[in-house]
Amino acid sequence: MTLGMINAHPVVHAKKERVARSEDLHSDDALDALDVFDILPPVASSICFLLDLSTELLEFDSVRDIKDPEHPYSLEQLSVLSEESIAVDEKLGRIKITFTPTVKHCSMATVIGLCLRVKLIQSFPPHFKVDINVSPGSLADEEAVNKLLNDKERVCAALENPSLRQLVDECLYSNELYSL
Amino acid sequence: MELLDGELELREIQKLEGHTDRVWSLAWNPTGTGVAGMLASCSGDKTVRIWQKGPSGSWDCSAVLEDTHTRTVRSCAWSPSGKLLATASFDGTTAIWERVGGEFECVATLEGHENEVKSVSWNASGSLLATCARDKTVWIWEAQPGNEFECVSVLQGHTQDVKMVQWHPFLDVLVSVGYDNSVKVWTEDGDDDWHCVQTLGEAGSGHTSTVWALSFNSAGDRMVTCSDDLTLKIWDTSQNPSETSGDGSGSWSHLCTLSGYHDRTIFSVHWSRDGLIASGAADDAIRLFTESKDRMVDQPSYKMLVKREKAHDMDVNSVQWNLKEPKLLASASDDGTIKIWELSEVSKLVEHMLLQEFAAGTGVDRHQTF
Repeated sequence: MTLGMINAHPVVHAKKERVARSEDLHSDDALDALDVFDILPPVASSICFLLDLSTELLEFDSVRDIKDPEHPYSLEQLSVLSEESIAVDEKLGRIKITFTPTVKHCSMATVIGLCLRVKLIQSFPPHFKVDINVSPGSLADEEAVNKLLNDKERVCAALENPSLRQLVDECLYSNELYSL
Repeated sequence: MELLDGELELREIQKLEGHTDRVWSLAWNPTGTGVAGMLASCSGDKTVRIWQKGPSGSWDCSAVLEDTHTRTVRSCAWSPSGKLLATASFDGTTAIWERVGGEFECVATLEGHENEVKSVSWNASGSLLATCARDKTVWIWEAQPGNEFECVSVLQGHTQDVKMVQWHPFLDVLVSVGYDNSVKVWTEDGDDDWHCVQTLGEAGSGHTSTVWALSFNSAGDRMVTCSDDLTLKIWDTSQNPSETSGDGSGSWSHLCTLSGYHDRTIFSVHWSRDGLIASGAADDAIRLFTESKDRMVDQPSYKMLVKREKAHDMDVNSVQWNLKEPKLLASASDDGTIKIWELSEVSKLVEHMLLQEFAAGTGVDRHQTF
């Protein structure tokens, strides 16, 4: 059984003042992956990270600092992982990921978790079971976010939403374009 | 030779392939044709497939219901007459298909839910249909002549996504379960006035995570629920909820909890006519439970009879006993396949093999222990 725990280098970004959100986010609505998309600025390139996974290593790569002049959010406000840990049990076929979003907004954590799940599905054989959680203490509503991220039906339904799917795909693939 | 007489196992009869995405749900036609009938399956590939046992004895896909739903088909249910199939989809609609010979025609589309419909169920007489969705509501539809369906009630009460609805086997009592960890019982107060008469397990005996499915036994006096909290719960449903005082205290109660048997989410549970409970879980396994006739214990208790590991290559999403042949079980999985299983006694199987050896003259020592 191989168990690897890696903490990537925390990516340090200068934090700017948070822009006040005008929407009133009720705890159930805020956690809905579909509602989350409605809230986010519709520019996929504003969230940009890549997880390069081999069976044991997680290399945290390129969080891009691309400013989007059309929207009030700068990239660092939207980005992403400060550190994450991954445990892989190849024999049992289990993966457990715990991540710490730098932004404390639960909607962001949901989208990040969704991207993580898609990336893992693409990187590992189909029989692998994946559990994704935010690291304890990183979010006020972490129980609710964890529940959503690990509800297979909710994840499937969210990924059938073409806009959300496009967002996730661009998050995962756009880095390839920039690295060329 | 040491053999446990009457030890049971699930023998794989056939693997049904055809769907191009995960299979979410299954439904056996209650009337069916031929000996064992007809099976409907629905999938993330947006289609519904109908499977029937052919003259050769193997199950074949006899129809593909497509070009109707525009997203995952999550659940399907046959009307009690077996003539209609209702299919619930993430596209927010529920389609009604009529069986004409070997063909199926979509005769109605029920719209109204705000988002993904998760489950559909017909009442015992086929006069009512219930659907539930991520919009937290349960809708009750009345079947009218000419395949018309009218929504007679929208039930509010769940605080989150509703995962499944199921009618009592003979009473017009509806149960819904969901993401809010609750099990709700709904009855009608005469004239389309439906309300929740009880929420099960609020006082600590309830599930502690999403409840995915429920199933009544054939007598309707027991119900089993399964959950993301890794337990199965058995409930005493012998009292008619319509006949209670309606002060919210309710008449159904918790009987027992089966814990420690599953280590991942249990997605499906189904109670056979013979009293066996089948569970399908995210650890790719199928388990069978039965009531333990242990006279030492006052309270009814249940024990696991069979555990079929690696029943599929991925999560088991649905398990359904055949309604006419109680030893036949169908299962559906994320791996895109459906499997037909037969419950059989191990000893009989081995004894049969031994008799065959004798007949062939290979002279197997019957007292040989292996």
